[in-house]
Parts: sequence; structure tokens; C-alpha cells
Amino acid sequence: MKNSSVLLEVRDVAREFDVSKPWLNRVIEGQPKSILKAVDGVSFTINRGETLSLVGESGCGKSTIARVVCGLYPPTRGAVIFDGVDIAKASVNEQQQLRKRFQMIFQDPYASLNPRWRVGKIIAEPLVAHGIMTEKAEIKNRVDQLLTQVGLSPQDQEKFPHEFSGGQRQRISIARALSSNPEFLVCDEPTSALDVSVQAQILNLMKDLQREFGLTYLFISHNLAVVSHISTRVGVMYLGRLVEMADTKTIFNRPLHPYTQMLLSAIPDLRMTGKQRTPVAGEVPNPLNPPSGCTFHPRCPHANDRCKTEAPSMIVADDGSMVSCHAVEEKRIPIKLAA
Amino acid sequence: MTTPLLEVRNLRVQFPTRRGLLTAVDDVSLTIAPGEVLGVVGESGAGKSLTGAAIIGLLEPPGRIASGEILLNGRRIDNLSAEEFRKIRGREIGAIFQDPLTSLNPLYTIGRQITETILTHLNVTPDEAKQRAIDLLNEVGIPAADKRIDHYPHQFSGGMRQRVVISLALAAQPKLIIADEPTTALDVSIQAQIITLLKKLCREHGTSVMLVTHDMGVIAETADRVAVMYAGRIAEIGPVAEVIHHPQHPYTVGLMGAIPNLGEEVERLTQIDGSMPRLNAIPTGCAFNPRCTRKGEVGARCTTERPSLMNAGKTQAACWLYSEGAATNTTNTPQSVAA
Repeated sequence: MKNSSVLLEVRDVAREFDVSKPWLNRVIEGQPKSILKAVDGVSFTINRGETLSLVGESGCGKSTIARVVCGLYPPTRGAVIFDGVDIAKASVNEQQQLRKRFQMIFQDPYASLNPRWRVGKIIAEPLVAHGIMTEKAEIKNRVDQLLTQVGLSPQDQEKFPHEFSGGQRQRISIARALSSNPEFLVCDEPTSALDVSVQAQILNLMKDLQREFGLTYLFISHNLAVVSHISTRVGVMYLGRLVEMADTKTIFNRPLHPYTQMLLSAIPDLRMTGKQRTPVAGEVPNPLNPPSGCTFHPRCPHANDRCKTEAPSMIVADDGSMVSCHAVEEKRIPIKLAA
Repeated sequence: MTTPLLEVRNLRVQFPTRRGLLTAVDDVSLTIAPGEVLGVVGESGAGKSLTGAAIIGLLEPPGRIASGEILLNGRRIDNLSAEEFRKIRGREIGAIFQDPLTSLNPLYTIGRQITETILTHLNVTPDEAKQRAIDLLNEVGIPAADKRIDHYPHQFSGGMRQRVVISLALAAQPKLIIADEPTTALDVSIQAQIITLLKKLCREHGTSVMLVTHDMGVIAETADRVAVMYAGRIAEIGPVAEVIHHPQHPYTVGLMGAIPNLGEEVERLTQIDGSMPRLNAIPTGCAFNPRCTRKGEVGARCTTERPSLMNAGKTQAACWLYSEGAATNTTNTPQSVAA
């Protein structure tokens, strides 16, 4: 499988969290365990050099996927296969080798940098942890180089994180992620804590680095405009399931799933074309007690009896786009072409 | 022109600190006509929320209004005592804040909080107040309002809570509402619902709104006019369509280009290098001059003399490019981003 175009495969991954009350309370109140299915049967692949984005509203499981992919959470079911190797089944040695090859950038640049460490030490941590470099001078050179690459100055390595603004801190996070020369970066809402002008700087930087180093990104965001700018392909998640996935142009011009259509029409229209928006009624249901059948049916304008009882499966089209919806399968939804 | 409902003249908000006096809002003048929605946008630290807080008399000490006047219906309100201001707040100016969970009291039912506001400001019996509270909740789209009125804030979802906050702001029929980031804490689909609701209610009641947000999309959907703030000053103010489609101030031009837009394919976003100056290090002259790409065009004036708002196209911009001496430059309109 080596050297194929697929870098990462996520195969039917599910992740559950036990959110029950303490054992004694459960026994006294006679309540069963409550299990939250944060991610339920998600499969996708990421090709080398592309950016795959996952979008969805809060609680849809997109960050959980990011963490499962990075190995921060073990999956309850399913497998994550990186470059042909199943991460969970790999030996400890192999796992360590794999770990060097992917890194993560987190949302909050205020929480993801150790406030007591100097920036130089923060950036060098992956180098030291993986034993890539041991010589002090060599490490310093590498950190200088990384800081320059992300648009900071080599002198900055003597400073502490609090001396930097949010955007600069996110640059430090990126420098740290790049230090072990990874091929794959998982970015969990890397710009949502930043102002728009700083967001533009970071997005431009990420695109430049991708071009320079041939990086592959898994990009998690709730902002569809950002996603449309940065992605090659986009997956839309709802209540722990992938509802639609297609390349960026297709999904924004011809969304198939009613939830994707709803998300797209909910974005404030900056160009003010006067397009009438259809705000969708209802809210995301409680994931502890998700609706039967297709989980979107209580909010869906096209739902019928089949949607209420039978969970839809993924329909894969010729061009590789996927959608999971009975109404699409039965051609009950007129295809909307965006202007 | 009709007399404005709210007039802010040369407002300056300062914070005395150990390291000297910080000017967070500097010489801001604006008006809001009856029934008008004025958007105030800017990045964090631009002074937009403080402008709103100053108008509603909720500046937290040591912040204070150092100079300037605020007039509501021609009457000065910036020098009122706390006691006198309490009669205005809620009755004449309502407020909606970002986080609906912290702006509601968790220990009281929402019904009690709404009727309290009504009883304080309007001359009605408790029964009438309760009926009015139920009507208000119905109006903001809370199902089974007569039952929900006895529920506590934690029993509502985020979007529903924000609806309660809106009904609370409207309870005493104020003429002006200051909405500070009303949709920032909400998911896009809920955000669309809340914006639509806010627009509809304000049109029906003839309420003016000052909408403070960092989200240009929300402004484009909602506002009639928009003021763009930078480092405590208004950089540009004008009709919303003009500011979005034909921005004049170099900062607004950069800001509009930095926002990724759906359906527009650009390889790189416009990037404004650097970041907003800290309050203790605002440059002399135009606050934007170190980041401005066009500052060489009108000589050294940008770094020495502070520009006031000047007519620029159909908006007003605080930029020397549009002073009469530099008239040739006005024909050279900055490239429009959203053409």
C-alpha cells in the first residue's frame, strides 16, 4: 500500500464517551449507563497533498475525529490507517515512527503553549521528544529556521508565549508542528480564535507551507467560508455522522444533502445579492438521545416515514462524492444549483 | 434629515493605569436615526464594545468617559447619575450581550426576570406584566411560552436563551437596543435564526439598533449603515452596501479582502501585515499608518497629523487620501473587493 495516493484512511470509526453518573448514584436511582456517541461510523480517505475539511455545528463530532486521527483518543470501533499501517495495531516502535509524521495544531493558541517555557524550547520539543536532534547548536539552527519560515524572528525564541499576540502564538504552534518534518497536519479550528485580518495571515501561511513542503491537512472548522477557501475536499458532519463529502466546488455549487443546503443558506451573505435565505427551524438534538433513523429528520423539510425509521447509508457517486440521504437516493429533492 | 435618536459627539473613553492614561475610544462621533440599524465592526481591541458600553452607561471603572457628549433624543445622558441612568437603561436603551448564559440570572425563572423589567419601567399590574411576558416570549418564537415562562435559564438551549435575552431587551419597549456580539456564541444555523428574528422585531417595533460585532457577514445582512473601527477610532462610516462593495479607507479595503468569501476563488487572501497597535503604543498621525500600503502617496502627513473623517466616495473615511489637497487620489479608488 505504500506510496499510493491515499495517505490516511479512516475506516468506520466510532468513538463513545461514558457520561453516566457515578456508579453509586446510578444504582440508587436505578438508571442505566448513558453513553454519548460522539462519532458514529465515519469513513473517509485523505490523499497526499490535499486538504480535507470537516465542517459542522458544535457537538457534531468533528473535533473528536481530529483527536482520534491523532491518537489522542483510541477509537471505540473502526481503524485509522496511516500510510498503510493501522495505528492501533502497530507495535510501539512503529507507532513512535509514525508519530513523527503527523502533528496537530489546536484552536486556542493561549492554551496550547506552555506559559513557563521559552518559545525556543516549545518549538524544539518534538525534536527532542522524538530524538531527531540532540546537538544543542543543531536544534537552535532548526528553531531559527522554523521561526523564519512562519514569519517570526529567530530572536523570538528567547521570549515567553505571553509576549506574543494571538496570531503570533498560532505561528509558534505551527512552527512546533512543523519541527519534526511531518507530512500530515491535523488542524482543529486553527483560526477561529483569531481576528479576520490575522486569520487571513494564518490561512495564507498554511497554504504557502503546504505548497513548499507538500503537506497534507485535515482541517476542522465551523466556518464554511474559511473551508471553501482552504480545502480540496469537504465533509459535512451532523450528530457524529458524515452526511456528505465531495470536492469543494461540488459541495458549494451543488449541495445534495438537506443539511448541507441548510448550512450554506445560513451563512450571512457578504456580497448582499439579496438572495432570500431560508433559516432552518429547530436546533441540534441532544446527542445522548439522537432521533431514530436519519438523525436530521426532525429538522429536514424532505423527511418522510422511511427517514424516521431507517438510517440512510452512504451513496457513493462516480466522481467520488458521497451523500447519505434517502431523499437524495429517491430523487425527492430537486437539485439546487447555487448562483 | 430627521433628528437622530442617538448622537455621540467626540466620545473619548480612557483608562487610567499605572503606566499612564490609555485611550480606548478616541474622538468617536456617530448618529443613529430612529428605526435605523447601525453596525459597528472592528477587530478585538478596536473599541467597539466600549463605545456601546459608554452609551448604555455600563463602563467598568476605572474606565470613564473623558470627554464628549452622548445625546438621546437631544438630551444629554453621559453625565447622569447612576440612579438616573437606571431609569433609562431598559426603558429607553435595551441591551443584548454576547453570552446569553451570563446575561440571565440563573437563580430566577425567565418569567420573573422579564416581568421584573416590565414592572420596573411600565405602569402595569403584575398580571398584565405576566401576560405581556408571555406575549413577548411568543413573539421571539419560544414554543409553549405559557409553560416555559416558569423555567430557569439552564433549561434552555443557547439559541433559545438568546431569544429570551432579546425578549428581555424589548420588554420595556426601548427606542434603542445596543446589541454587543449577539450571535457570536451561536452556531451558524441558530445565528441565522436570531438575526432574522432581531431584524423582524426591530422593524415591527421601530426600534433602532447599534449592532456591535466582528462579523462582517452579520453586518451585511442586518445593518443600514456601518462604522468600521480601528484602534479606538472610526476609520470609515457609511451605507453598508457602499462600505462592503466600495471600501475607501485602506484598512477597510484590507479587511474586506481578508474575509474569505463563498463562491469566490482566490489563491491568497489579502493580507494586512502586522497587527493592531496596543493602546499604549498608538502611532502618531493615522493609527493605521505602519500597516498601510498607501501611506507614501500623500507625503509625510500620515505619520504626523491625525486625519478626521472626510468625504470619500459615498462614505466617509478618516484618511488623508481623501483630503482636498490630495484630490487627485480620490479618482484612484482602491480596488473594490466584492465587485
